[in-house]
Amino acid sequence: MTTRIDARFAELKKQGRSAFITFLMGGDPDPKTSLEIIKALPKAGADIIEIGMPFTDPMADGPAIQAAGLRALKAGMTLKKTLAMVREFRKADDTTPLVLMGYYNPIYIHGVDKFLADAKSAGIDGLIIVDLPPEEDSELCLPAMKAGLNFIRLATPTTDDKRLPAVLANTSGFVYYVSITGITGSASADSAAVGQAVARIKRHTKLPVCVGFGIRTPLAARAIAQNADGTVVGTALVDALRASLDGEGNATAGTVEAVAGVVSSLAQGVRGASQAAE
Amino acid sequence: MNSALPNSFRSGPDERGHFGIFGGRFVAETLMPLILDLEKAYAEAKADPAFQAEMDGYLKHYVGRPSPLYFAERLTEHLGGAKIYFKREELNHTGSHKVNNVLGQIVVARRMGKKRIIAETGAGQHGVATATLCARFGLECLVYMGAVDVERQQANVIRMEMLGAKVIPVQSGSRTLKDAMNEALRDWVTNVHNTFYCIGTVAGPHPYPMMVRDFQSVIGLETRAQMHELEGRLPDSLIACIGGGSNAMGLFHPFLDDPGVEIFGVEAAGHGLTQLHAASIAGGRPGVLHGNRTYLLMDDDGQIQDAHSISAGLDYPGIGPEHSWLHETGRVTYLSATDDEALAAFQLLSRLEGIIPALEPAHAIAKVMELAPKRPRDHLMVVNLSGRGDKDIPQVADILRGRKQ
Ligand SMILES: Cc1ncc(COP(=O)(O)O)c(C=O)c1O
Repeated sequence: MTTRIDARFAELKKQGRSAFITFLMGGDPDPKTSLEIIKALPKAGADIIEIGMPFTDPMADGPAIQAAGLRALKAGMTLKKTLAMVREFRKADDTTPLVLMGYYNPIYIHGVDKFLADAKSAGIDGLIIVDLPPEEDSELCLPAMKAGLNFIRLATPTTDDKRLPAVLANTSGFVYYVSITGITGSASADSAAVGQAVARIKRHTKLPVCVGFGIRTPLAARAIAQNADGTVVGTALVDALRASLDGEGNATAGTVEAVAGVVSSLAQGVRGASQAAE
Repeated sequence: MNSALPNSFRSGPDERGHFGIFGGRFVAETLMPLILDLEKAYAEAKADPAFQAEMDGYLKHYVGRPSPLYFAERLTEHLGGAKIYFKREELNHTGSHKVNNVLGQIVVARRMGKKRIIAETGAGQHGVATATLCARFGLECLVYMGAVDVERQQANVIRMEMLGAKVIPVQSGSRTLKDAMNEALRDWVTNVHNTFYCIGTVAGPHPYPMMVRDFQSVIGLETRAQMHELEGRLPDSLIACIGGGSNAMGLFHPFLDDPGVEIFGVEAAGHGLTQLHAASIAGGRPGVLHGNRTYLLMDDDGQIQDAHSISAGLDYPGIGPEHSWLHETGRVTYLSATDDEALAAFQLLSRLEGIIPALEPAHAIAKVMELAPKRPRDHLMVVNLSGRGDKDIPQVADILRGRKQ
């Protein structure tokens, strides 16, 4: 099975460059603006798009992404509406990989089988579910693989060589290396340490290894992209989005542009990286 | 009752931390290695006679155990039915059952070489117990507490600070216990290398629900022996309030395989079950939060709803996973008491027995007031008096004063 994610990484490999992956909360600041933003991302330079599924209790997220989730929920975002947004996006773009990222409970309540069928038919390619470690693979990871969706696992600085095989066993699409011990938007990643960690993971897998958490600037993105197959930026985009809102937290005429602008400059940073030889 | 009845109600959880479909380890990868370490460290401690001996020493000389099993004569006369006994956990050092669990976890943390302890707290009783043992053992202590709870449990905030702990008011979400737990988990993910998370109830990822239950089971084990001494037999019924469910699990667990013992857990019904409340079994359904699958209050999209209870210690939209399983197997009956019922019980107990209970166990007393009159005089009923009411006096005084105006 080849997903859009696999195809995209194969294509980037030919071009000899690292992927730029964006994270934004689905429905932030409202479902309509959120769709406009996501539509603008590929042109601004996003190679892969992660869409956050808002949850009331995001225990791995810092204040910026927590607030983004709450804005989305307040604007009426639900899992069903997130999938509807994906369907809209797919009408005009059938190649950019889309990954849903979030927490398990809304999926569990939607019903695992129904969720997988709905996500697949909407045009989703992969899932990153923060609170499902390998110990709980039977919940969603194995059914997702069967349904033809990539289950992208997080590896962290605490995932040692002994544990890595368990983490990688049922991972597909790519491996998401969390560059810090911490929540989103807190510390910034140390590119030398990240380089070593990526190399360590690559000794265990042929999958692309992407790095996220704590990358905010084009310069930092470039440093990470030297060694990684992809660079994920979330909080910096969410911050740019928030800064464009009016006093009530509503979208303004400049919101889509504000996010797209930051995406462009980060994408430039990633494209400026000279990929280390394999 | 959809599952076949097990041979024993006391054999859970399985090696993956499941009680039936409940429990599990739903946490971020960053925490997983640490949770596996903790599981191993706890298993080793449990098998080590020196660990038990150390615990027994502190339980006796520092906590003041065993706590008495006291015949509540005037309440019994007043209600005119079952013979009511109080398991006096409010007499423990720090004023509640919470210290039993904290002691166990702190001794495990010391064995693991952890020097920084974090905790979440609702009523502040778990925070006070944690701050106390951290002071006793010279450990750094940070307590996350919802900003609403910081307001309504001021006395405990001051106590924690006097004990040298840092209390961090949590402003996110509903600013109560659930949000304090989120924030503690975020701290833990960030400081995973040197930090031990001391969870205050039988919830969280495996092995916490099992470990906390084991540490609290001293309540039920003592009750069994004391009742044998006083009455020469087992009690006929047990009642305890439920926030996450640790004082209840501690009392219930040693009796789960005695079919003659009726068991009741009491959730907080807040303003009533059709309005804002904290009764996750009565008003919720199975979902996944804070590391385990259990009954939760949520909407149709799986978003967690805010709980409400007059009692900060019960103001939580979930319940420990073992309780969810005991509910589905039918072994334990879950009832609920409203804010008003708890307040009435709080006042009655203060006047009749000279014991001012915490608002949490006042919920259990409220159901004793309903159940005891319907039972015969030779029916032995044990209620867990999980904590004393000192912390609640300003809040209750405000409410009562407000009503008179
Ligand atoms: C005195 C007392 N009882 C009960 C509880 C509720 O917790 P649990 O259900 O874990 O016993 C609390 C929590 O703060 C408490 O302080």
